[in-house]
Amino acid sequence: MSLIRLEKITRRYQMGGETIHALREVSLTIARGEYVAIMGPSGSGKSTLMNLIGCLDTPTSGSYHLNGADVSDMDDNELAEVRNREIGFVFQTFNLLARSNALHNVELPLIYAGIDTDERRRVALEAIESVGLTDRMHHKPNELSGGQRQRVAVARALVNKPSILLADEPTGNLDSRTGEEIMALFEQLSRSGNTIIVVTHEEDIARHARRILRIRDGLIASDEVQGRS
Amino acid sequence: MTLLAEIREGLRIALTAIRANKLRSCLTTLGVIIGILTVTLMGTAIEGLNRSFMQSISSIGADVLYAQRQDWIIRSHEEWLTMRKRRPVTVSQAESILRQVEFAKAISPIAQRGGKIQYQDRDTLSPAIVGTTDQYAISAGVSLNAGRFITSSESEGGRPVCVLGATVATNLFKSESAIGARVKIAGRNFDVVGVLEPVGGLFGEGGVDSQIVIPLNQFLTLLDNNPDVSLQVKVASGEGLEEAREELRAIMRKVRQVKPSDPDDFSINQQDQIVSAFRQVAGTIAAVGLFITGLSLFVGGIGIMNIMFVSVAERTKEIGIRKAIGAKHRTILIQFLIEAAAICVLGGLIGLALAWPITLIMAKVMPSTLSPTIVCLALVVAALTGIISGFLPAWRAARMNPVDALRSE
Repeated sequence: MSLIRLEKITRRYQMGGETIHALREVSLTIARGEYVAIMGPSGSGKSTLMNLIGCLDTPTSGSYHLNGADVSDMDDNELAEVRNREIGFVFQTFNLLARSNALHNVELPLIYAGIDTDERRRVALEAIESVGLTDRMHHKPNELSGGQRQRVAVARALVNKPSILLADEPTGNLDSRTGEEIMALFEQLSRSGNTIIVVTHEEDIARHARRILRIRDGLIASDEVQGRS
Repeated sequence: MTLLAEIREGLRIALTAIRANKLRSCLTTLGVIIGILTVTLMGTAIEGLNRSFMQSISSIGADVLYAQRQDWIIRSHEEWLTMRKRRPVTVSQAESILRQVEFAKAISPIAQRGGKIQYQDRDTLSPAIVGTTDQYAISAGVSLNAGRFITSSESEGGRPVCVLGATVATNLFKSESAIGARVKIAGRNFDVVGVLEPVGGLFGEGGVDSQIVIPLNQFLTLLDNNPDVSLQVKVASGEGLEEAREELRAIMRKVRQVKPSDPDDFSINQQDQIVSAFRQVAGTIAAVGLFITGLSLFVGGIGIMNIMFVSVAERTKEIGIRKAIGAKHRTILIQFLIEAAAICVLGGLIGLALAWPITLIMAKVMPSTLSPTIVCLALVVAALTGIISGFLPAWRAARMNPVDALRSE
């Protein structure tokens, strides 16, 4: 069974009296364990697609089943729960809480999941360790390098054992060497069975994925599976 | 997510945010500090006034009725005029009433006027000379500091003895013992047989403490042979005060021969009247005072609301992040409400800390203390101020769309 199933998803916005068709009847399925890159120029609708897959936004029409549940009709609070349980976000600008140290940033999804203190600490430490930042966990984001911040973000994304790791331009704010490190980390996560979706406009980054979706003008322009590189 | 964990996380965020913006938090808190300070002081002052009054009034027993010509509390000029026209209660009326009253534990006729008392070459400022009987000791509930009260044979026979109020005794005798001394009242010698315990307070100072009690017969021969007499009736325990009052009224009417169609030409007074009159006035003062001081708290609350709007706007991105990783409406709402409440409670604590030394100074004038009730109340009010004024900003934060919030910088 597919993990993600989008059926005829349309998303329109009103902007200054003008209707913008960000997505037009997009249908798409992604299976568990896939490593997918979503590509497209800005304004193509790829961000909208990512927001919809990430349950940050709801479609104007069409249906979206995530892990068997229909999320297209859920209200804000239900969506918050789904995001907490099913989605791990990694953003271009890291989006860590500036005033909290690395450990607390990683703990946050567990707090919202209602996990008790001891268990939370244990799981968060494990996640921090898995990205190799145990010795930096008491540092605040501004005391960490870009690569380290992004690794904290990855640890935060994975700490709730979500169904999907959803990364939006994860290397966009990193130099190429650090970017490669993060992509290596994704590679490793993919091999250990995580479902990963990376939104990017860089071919180099997309090439790490097994499957590349190209979006143009709100439609899927191509959907190709690459051979093992 | 459980509510408890949400509150704990909310507190943590609030404290971090307050610490991160120290100056801003201080300035914002100032409004609440001043608000809580004024409200607390006002509350303490009102409580102190009430307590001071109740302490004083307790020197008039709650179970004592005063049958006399005039009402204690005269509400209008017309009332005063009618009362002035009333006939005095004469000694013979008083005696006749005295014989008929059956419900009393003690009943004493009281005639009173200003006079002069001399001991050697000392005198004291206008004490009240009270002519009464031995029953006065019980009906007025006085207790003796030294010596004894007038006996019944003395009050009937009219032997020239007197009992001094505490202030009178101190003024005349300083630290000497007054008992056995001979004083001069209205030109006649009296032996001091007792000194009363000081009562103090609003009614004590001007009342029992500055009295000189002499037998009624002495009063009649020496000072005034036709005085306006009051009857002080201490109702026996087990008798209802209301019934006693009605009975006394009936006897008074009969003795004073009031026609059935006429209204009473006398008054029956009791402690309750003063208490309720005081309550009315004190209640109004309290309401007005708290309203005015409450305004400053209101202004403080507006400051909080303002700063919370700023805080929410500044942290739009943070709200977006939190929502993206699973924070619900409620979570965000609680987070900002707690932040607003925390600032206010902090202000409340500081306000109370400032109010405390001031109440110590106030305590020199009135029996006022910063009671635990007021402390708790102040903190609750502070927290409520925070929650109420933080609600709109928090609501705005909670309703933010995560996509838009994340996009903001």
